[in-house]
Amino acid sequence: MPVPMPMKNSQLPSLNAGELAVHVTGITKAFGKGNASTLALKGADFEAQLGELQLIIGPSGCGKTTLLSVIAGTLVPDAGDVRVLGEMLTELGKGEVTDFRRRFIGFIFQQFNLIPTLNLTENASVPLLLNGAGRRKAEKAADEMLERVGLAGRGKHYPRQLSGGQQQRVAIARALVHDPRLIICDEPTSALDRETGHQVMELLQGVARQADRSVIVVTHDPRVYEFADRIAAMEDGRVLGNRPAAEALPEMAAHH
Amino acid sequence: MFHLALKMLIGDKAKFLMLLGGLFFAALLMTQQCAVFIGLLGWTTSHLSNIRSKLWVVEARVEQVNELKPLRDTDVSRVRSVAGVAWAVPLYASVLQARLNDGNFKPILCIGLDSTSLVGRPATILKGRIEDIRLPNSVIIDDLALERLKPPDGESLDVGDSFEINDREARIVAICKSDRAFFGYPYVFTTYDQALQFAPRQRKMLSAVLAEPAPGMTAEATAARINASVPGMKAWTEDELYWATIVWYFKNTGIPFSFGTTIILGFIVGVAISGQTFYSFVLENLKNLGALKAMGASDLKLAGMLLLQVMSVGLLGYGLGMGAAASFGAVAAKKGQPPFMLPWELMGAVLVLILLICMGAALLAILKVRRLEAAVVFRG
Ligand SMILES: Nc1ncnc2c1ncn2[C@@H]1O[C@H](COP(=O)(O)OP(=O)(O)OP(=O)(O)O)[C@@H](O)[C@H]1O
Ligand SMILES: [Mg+2]
Repeated sequence: MPVPMPMKNSQLPSLNAGELAVHVTGITKAFGKGNASTLALKGADFEAQLGELQLIIGPSGCGKTTLLSVIAGTLVPDAGDVRVLGEMLTELGKGEVTDFRRRFIGFIFQQFNLIPTLNLTENASVPLLLNGAGRRKAEKAADEMLERVGLAGRGKHYPRQLSGGQQQRVAIARALVHDPRLIICDEPTSALDRETGHQVMELLQGVARQADRSVIVVTHDPRVYEFADRIAAMEDGRVLGNRPAAEALPEMAAHH
Repeated sequence: MFHLALKMLIGDKAKFLMLLGGLFFAALLMTQQCAVFIGLLGWTTSHLSNIRSKLWVVEARVEQVNELKPLRDTDVSRVRSVAGVAWAVPLYASVLQARLNDGNFKPILCIGLDSTSLVGRPATILKGRIEDIRLPNSVIIDDLALERLKPPDGESLDVGDSFEINDREARIVAICKSDRAFFGYPYVFTTYDQALQFAPRQRKMLSAVLAEPAPGMTAEATAARINASVPGMKAWTEDELYWATIVWYFKNTGIPFSFGTTIILGFIVGVAISGQTFYSFVLENLKNLGALKAMGASDLKLAGMLLLQVMSVGLLGYGLGMGAAASFGAVAAKKGQPPFMLPWELMGAVLVLILLICMGAALLAILKVRRLEAAVVFRG
């Protein structure tokens, strides 16, 4: 499996050396109103470093996806500060957050979310097109990125012709094609078998290890722990701890 | 991004065809019905297209060209004497019964033209000579009459054949082309004097006076002069009488209502099918649209994509609908019925309606996508 090569720097918001990729504090988020409302986040604090692959783990319903959505700027929290790549998202307008997402964040979803009626090249070119690139340029870059994730020459194929692992690799190509600084993944391996999950994580790890990137992966899947640089554990709407994997893993192993 | 928007829609073949079908059907139905309606209105004014005259001077109470009230023969000279009238000639126009060789009767529109000038004569003679109309007992019939006045098992009529009008022989000396009349009666042209012989004797037999404005005068100005100086008669320009006739049919018949109903139905069907189909296309693609939204597609961009999708299908459906309507028109023209007329104004109006339908469908979808939370893509 080829590992993505170092990519050129994106235009950056004001990010100082040593600054955190993500720094959120005191996030609360409730869904629904009145008696039916659920408090999904209850004052969550979280940080992610540049150059690292950060895992967020925790039991189902503890608020992982909600936290990830807040970081990605797709969900507005009820309270708390969200600083991503040096930009205070909670102080930006809706349109500005959308622009920010488009330029600096790459997304990988659990269900891949490739568009079935578009071929692989077209799917992978979407972020570039959204950023205003011309069709030819976008498709060329998309093909190169498909090559890097091991799908050389498959550009004219359609998602339904691929296995789950291959589809997720297209999704990775799509997430990386516009050279984003932060890549956000929700359960990227849960629909994959062990082997392909492994390959996908290797790819993400390769991206994360670059000095000015950060990859955040939410997961249930213990098989991916070994790829983490850091692991944050969530429970009941809060982040309990966020430690280097080297520290956290032996302890978690002991628990089991 | 927009080329992908189109591909996304066309890629969903079932929805695409359904949407296209709905818009095609709406365009076809509206166009075809309107064209038949306009054609029918054209039939109501066939006198005006078959008997060309700049000025029609008729009895003062006449409201439209198919209900001419009789005048006195002397009324022609009253019109003639008005300053500003270059010339004025009599016209006879009435429904008479033709008796065929097999004894059957068929209604005809008998038109009597001034025998000297032949003003109002048919524009196109298909067979025979127009001048022969001046021979005694002679008539020129139109091509519709060939078929209508033919006895059920007899041979088709031709120049030289004859039939009877009111016990008098009417010998066919020529065959002309004419625009069809509302009730489908064929035109039979003869001279004014001959027409008076064919028609049952009455005190007043003149139907209208056809007049020409003096050189340098407009038809309107001459009409105004006639109206000022000839009481009991009214001068219309060709155009005025045309519109008065059409307005009369609008007001006094149920035709506009029944056509209007079908046309509105076409519009509603178009709205329903395309709105519904496009909306369900959007619902089915909500996940993809959410993913695009998460990836930073602005609401404006998505709205543009949706609009482009629906508009391009709309234009395609419109084009196909127009093509089908035109083919229908070609067949109708060949068969002589139903009436059909497709002016560019109608094509423009239907285009506007189709685009309105599309805009409505797009608006529904846009509102839906606006409310869509980008975060939905993270939910399994
Ligand atoms: N849009 C929503 N509307 C209502 N409740 C929601 C919504 N999104 C999340 N919740 C609730 O918020 C809580 C946290 O949900 P979240 O999806 O963040 O959990 P999670 O840790 O990602 O769970 P899982 O591991 O099952 O994906 C849950 O109780 C969930 O039911
Ligand atoms: Mg989740």
